[in-house]
Amino acid sequence: MNAEGGLRRKGLKGLLLAGVTASFAGWRVAFAQRMNSGRLISLEDMVQPVVKGAKLLKQDVQIVAPVLADNGSLVPLQINVQSPMTDQDHVTHVYLLSQRNPVTQVAVFHFGPWNGRAEVNTRIRLAGTQDVVALARFSNGEFRFNQMEIIVTESACVDAS
Amino acid sequence: MSIARVQWPEKITTGDVVKVRMLIQHPMDTGYLQDFTGKVVPRNVIRLVTCTLGDKEVFRIEPSSGISANPFFEFFVRATSTAEFKVEWTDDKGVKRQHLQLFKV
Repeated sequence: MNAEGGLRRKGLKGLLLAGVTASFAGWRVAFAQRMNSGRLISLEDMVQPVVKGAKLLKQDVQIVAPVLADNGSLVPLQINVQSPMTDQDHVTHVYLLSQRNPVTQVAVFHFGPWNGRAEVNTRIRLAGTQDVVALARFSNGEFRFNQMEIIVTESACVDAS
Repeated sequence: MSIARVQWPEKITTGDVVKVRMLIQHPMDTGYLQDFTGKVVPRNVIRLVTCTLGDKEVFRIEPSSGISANPFFEFFVRATSTAEFKVEWTDDKGVKRQHLQLFKV
């Protein structure tokens, strides 16, 4: 009876040790998965380096993207600008800006009347849930923009390996 | 070996606004991630992509590390005549590549 009890105790000890090690391993994984990187910057700080005080309106620009993106390393995104795209009135640039990414200016697209339609489709990286701003510069020097919040469950810029 | 793929509709008539789809094979390393040994992978991102149709520049992109690996772009162009479509890109390592394809109208 006595010897049997000792054996049982040993087994319990082993179980306890295994449990502690497992929880430590779990903690390390949790630590490696930081959800968001960088800090959120205001719309003014995002837009003003490009606009430089020119006229800015929130119209005629549309962003088509998933509201909830599972993988921040690959978010499909479409920018649609309403413009006749004639020689007199067309879009010259489209700036894609992000609120939280380490590099605010994701990309710049150059357009001209030869494009026929001011639309671009691409795939971007997002470091966490944030607002994305599409800023279009028109041939008369005016800027128009739109913003959209994209929820990202798994951020880019975080080492998963 | 071709490391860019460009695609447009099969039948194009003059005056059409054509959707051009473009895929470039490139790692687009941000410079924030580490490899398996824990060493930081240096930044290697495409700086500039230019698309020319004939001798006219049609589209220009200035990407940053915010564009996904193997960048994909879709844009529109008005078809006027048969010409050579050329995509050129430069990355941080200074590597310049180009891809040529006949744009048949």
